[in-house]
Amino acid sequence: MIEEVAATTEGDLVINIGPQHPSTHGVLHLFVTMNGETIKKVEPHLGYIHRSIEKMDESLSYRQFIYSTSRMDYLSSHINNHGCALCVEKGLQLEIPPRAKVIRILMDELTRIASHCLWWGALAMDVGALTPFFHAFREREMINDIMEESCGARLTMNYMVPGGVMFDIQPNFQKHVKEFVAHFKTKIGEYDEMVTNNIIFQRRMKNVGYISPEDAVSYGCTGAVLRASGVKSDIRKIAPYDGYENVKFEEPLEMAGDCFARYMVRMKEMMQSLSIVEQLIDNIPEGDFVAKTKAVLKLPKGEFYSRVETARGEFGVYIVSEGGLTPYRIKFRSPGFSNLSALDHMSRGQKIGDLVAIMGTLDLVIPDIDR
Amino acid sequence: MIKEELKTKISELLPTATFDETGEWLNVLIDAKEWLPLATQLRNDVSLQFDFLFCVTAVDWKTHLSMVYHLRATQLEHIIVVKAKIADRNNAEIESVCKIWRTAELHELEAYDLMGVKFLHHPGLRRLFLTDDWVGYPLRKDYVDEVNMIKL
Repeated sequence: MIEEVAATTEGDLVINIGPQHPSTHGVLHLFVTMNGETIKKVEPHLGYIHRSIEKMDESLSYRQFIYSTSRMDYLSSHINNHGCALCVEKGLQLEIPPRAKVIRILMDELTRIASHCLWWGALAMDVGALTPFFHAFREREMINDIMEESCGARLTMNYMVPGGVMFDIQPNFQKHVKEFVAHFKTKIGEYDEMVTNNIIFQRRMKNVGYISPEDAVSYGCTGAVLRASGVKSDIRKIAPYDGYENVKFEEPLEMAGDCFARYMVRMKEMMQSLSIVEQLIDNIPEGDFVAKTKAVLKLPKGEFYSRVETARGEFGVYIVSEGGLTPYRIKFRSPGFSNLSALDHMSRGQKIGDLVAIMGTLDLVIPDIDR
Repeated sequence: MIKEELKTKISELLPTATFDETGEWLNVLIDAKEWLPLATQLRNDVSLQFDFLFCVTAVDWKTHLSMVYHLRATQLEHIIVVKAKIADRNNAEIESVCKIWRTAELHELEAYDLMGVKFLHHPGLRRLFLTDDWVGYPLRKDYVDEVNMIKL
């Protein structure tokens, strides 16, 4: 660190933001070089919650390793599990029952809404509005209750297994989801009134943290960050998995590429997810919720890659198998890690206060970055 | 482009490249020294336009290391996987591609930190997750992990 300080020019100031700063949503440590109040460079220092999940998974079986991924992006643990299950199924060439597919999509989309609710509340809190956080948590709590009923967990779900899902849904699942959908529809207007149309909030968001479509692609951004620059990137559309090709939904795009565009994309995504849930909730096919698999799974020799769209962007699982009981090498392409690499580019020339807004709209989850 | 077309096109660009078509996507097997010129062509060629590097990782094969790059063309919607073989395990080196795909900068730091691959001409090669004085590269197969008690 002494070297880095020496490398800066005269009049520059180096500030450490984090690892214990509330706006970093965890243990992100940013090394920010400033000139006055203007940001010259942002350098992330990671590893405060690095558990080396990839190394651990090399000694876990194909059923066990999925559970460690719930601990990565803990706000969309269902979708992480889904990606891993897909990858193992690809290796085993396993066809899963239609009921399991629909349950998986329902859970994914509910997770996306819950994750975006938390993001929305936390973003508003970052830029100085405390009230929205409690409103968002009221809705998120309803989803968590639904999850708890069917999966037995509220955060680290561990619900999707190779071949389907672990348990069947509870008899009350459909009733409670419908209650939630009706409730959420009355509340989304409040969200807009409270935050989206707020002139102070808009001033904090508009023309802040701009990234062009070319740069966004080059920096490997995915999810709402890339779509806010006008590039189509939804894996659910590009390479549909588990029946996403059969549901109707739009991929919201914005052209502005700034914080407000990223905000709007996520707000629209919530509505799209809600629409998917509405389409499927009365159409859950009868039958098995899990395909019959052997007790011990063995993947054939080869390499398998699966992609899913989490609440933050493209999540990839890359398994190299040598034909054994455990993966030879496993790699998780986490959306947060790539989105973080654009932070430096977005915040150069901006003010220090804007950095918090930019970080908020990147929707960083630190365990997902550190793994 | 479909697999066959990609294969013909890439073998025109680099005659020494070999191919593996067993997987979902076309695998291009090259030597580490050939990577930077090929990467430039993959990015800039009008019929390829691989502008999105979505996954960078390294695999330790005990005798050698290999870098695995997953590339996608956002406009043309095709995907290839490039595997660059690094023969010298003790002195693993490959050219950095962070000038071509900016995302590589952070991904290469991760590969350096956990797998010990040195990226030549990288703007700031440093330990990303681990402390600066950490000995060894944890994701290598010969790394003895004393802390992890989970064994199958």
